[in-house]
Amino acid sequence: MAEMTYRDAVARGIAQEMDRDPSVVLLGEDVGSAGGVFKATVGLLDRFGPGRVVDTPISEQAILGAAMGAAMTGLRPIAEIMFSDFFAVCWDIVANEIAKTRYMTNGQVSLPLVIRSANGGGARFGAQHSQSVENWAMAVPGLKVVAPSTPRDVVGLLAAAVRDPDPVLFFEQKSLYPAKGDVPDGEVVDELGCAAVRRHGKDATVVALAAMVPRALAAAERLAGEGVEVTVIDLRSLVPLDVTTVSASVTETGHLVTVEENPRLCGWGAEVASIVAEERLFDLDGPIVRVTTPHVPLPAADALEDAAMPTVARIVEGVRRSLQ
Amino acid sequence: MTELQDWRSGGASASGGRSVGSAPFGPVPIEVRTSIYKMMVEMRDFEKRAYDLFLQGLVKGTSHLGLGQEAVAAGFAAAMRPSDYTFATYRGHNHTLARGAPMTAVMAELMGRQAGLMAGKGGSMHLTSVAHRMMGSYAIVGAHLTIANGAAWSAKLRDTGEVVVCFFGDGTTNIGAFHEALNLAAVWKLPVVFVCENNRWMEYTPISSVTAVAHPAADRARSYGLDPVLVDGNDADATYAAARAAIERARAGAGPTLVEAETYRHGGHSRADPGKYRPEAEVQAWLARDPIPRYRSRLLEAGVDESVLRRIEEASRSAVDAASTEAEASPPPDSSLVETDVWADGGSSWRR
Ligand SMILES: Cc1ncc(C[n+]2csc(CCOP(=O)(O)OP(=O)(O)O)c2C)c(N)n1
Ligand SMILES: [Mg+2]
Repeated sequence: MAEMTYRDAVARGIAQEMDRDPSVVLLGEDVGSAGGVFKATVGLLDRFGPGRVVDTPISEQAILGAAMGAAMTGLRPIAEIMFSDFFAVCWDIVANEIAKTRYMTNGQVSLPLVIRSANGGGARFGAQHSQSVENWAMAVPGLKVVAPSTPRDVVGLLAAAVRDPDPVLFFEQKSLYPAKGDVPDGEVVDELGCAAVRRHGKDATVVALAAMVPRALAAAERLAGEGVEVTVIDLRSLVPLDVTTVSASVTETGHLVTVEENPRLCGWGAEVASIVAEERLFDLDGPIVRVTTPHVPLPAADALEDAAMPTVARIVEGVRRSLQ
Repeated sequence: MTELQDWRSGGASASGGRSVGSAPFGPVPIEVRTSIYKMMVEMRDFEKRAYDLFLQGLVKGTSHLGLGQEAVAAGFAAAMRPSDYTFATYRGHNHTLARGAPMTAVMAELMGRQAGLMAGKGGSMHLTSVAHRMMGSYAIVGAHLTIANGAAWSAKLRDTGEVVVCFFGDGTTNIGAFHEALNLAAVWKLPVVFVCENNRWMEYTPISSVTAVAHPAADRARSYGLDPVLVDGNDADATYAAARAAIERARAGAGPTLVEAETYRHGGHSRADPGKYRPEAEVQAWLARDPIPRYRSRLLEAGVDESVLRRIEEASRSAVDAASTEAEASPPPDSSLVETDVWADGGSSWRR
């Protein structure tokens, strides 16, 4: 067991897979000699050489197209899109090419590839470098979508993503890069589509993702002080979505609160809420509450960005509303 | 500064052009030339039939025919090894047939039948036959140039000697993906050949009216450190020669080539478009340069017996007849296919 940052866990996870499988390659802007603009790929170039760790021009379509063409002919590429906001300049390759090709070709083409991207706010970067866009990906049939909340999960889910035979979008939450946690020694591999119950309580179910997980846990701690016991589920993966774990918990608690960093409309919580409403309505004892950022681009100033993001206080308030 | 390679017959040799006769690999064997003729005749017959079936309502949706552009597809396919990869656009019927995909399966795909190349899940614009290394027809202008790079990068890393050939239209040279792909291919010295089929028109707009340079592909080559290569796309010997040179260069590790093949589509852009927006004189001038009769006379001049050519023509007609009959006899795909093959496990489940 070693304590490491979420950022270092990214390099550890990539190295684990590159060591194991020579067909795994890494490409992206500044991923090689610079070790990534978030220092999440430090050391990989030295370890695996310039054939397998490749710096690219600022050409997001070319990066993802290269990943796709390589995946369809025998490699397992990991491509980096520096900031997830930049998906907007290469969304064709993601949503029209990578996502649709297996289906359109009636299964002739396999695309075992991973696209990693730094997602979300908290860094005071302003609206074009801060958005949480996992819901864009979730809306496209043919993409698997993963977002780890701990260093251990970074390694385990990255391994699962690389080994998965389908395209996976792997969202690294920017605000979590400095967060520390224990990662077991040796190989760590998870399964996609398994939520983790981070805390168990019988009064309400709080479902969160990535950077919202530690906040939900802090809110649960505060609520425990008032005698309210909350279950916190870390979704970990949006596609596949672990409906089983969420539904079972809602049946036990009768209350559902989602905590999402994305803007309000069509966030992943809306899908979770609609599934629970459709399938577990009679288990609910109160309204489903969604805690999200308001439906705005994210502002830059620390005071404004903090005010936009779901805070521990807003999560606590959301749980209380569901319990009323 | 690099020289313009002008492979057009009677082209501007003052700029350093080479004529086909002086191609660096000697005379083309007659079997290769007759096989090129056979491919072109089959493409022509197939596309004419596809058009008829469209008018009869049997080919659904849309189709973008390659009528008139056969010499590009045939010349390049003849120069490729079976292990080389093709990437094409929605105007990809010719390229799919040229790699050996069965006519019946292609026709059935256009008709939305179970026997289709992709069981009806792709349609005319997405013909793919991985078994024939036809890696797909892509319908978002420009995207597949970046994907072709990926296959070439993979071939290079895996050290397989495979070459990728990627076809696209003149209109594609004005989208960002074209420029991203060309730069990356040049920087990474990828074994890829980009072939611009300059048929002078986008959908309904002439390329010259929206492009800053006269040769939409060739004039951009130097921006990526590549030699401009122009070829008469209606002369199958010329396309074959250009293909050989570019593919051999790629295979030798010398990097990508950008070829501009000047050609013309005989029909409209898609569906039943009669193409009336094009000046009649232009259409007539290009019909007079139809690549198929032109190649036929050339083969006769070269001493090929006319009976050989007639046999090719008759066999092609029967093959297209058989393919259309078989395709029409195929039932529609089972509706269960709607939910298959989103994922590698064969299904489409998004929850557990
Ligand atoms: C990104 C994108 N923009 C627009 C279109 C619509 N469109 C389809 S074909 C076409 C013309 C393309 O012209 P060209 O590249 O010359 O190919 P050609 O059809 O002549 O073979 C257009 C504009 C598209 N499919 N993709
Ligand atoms: Mg055109």
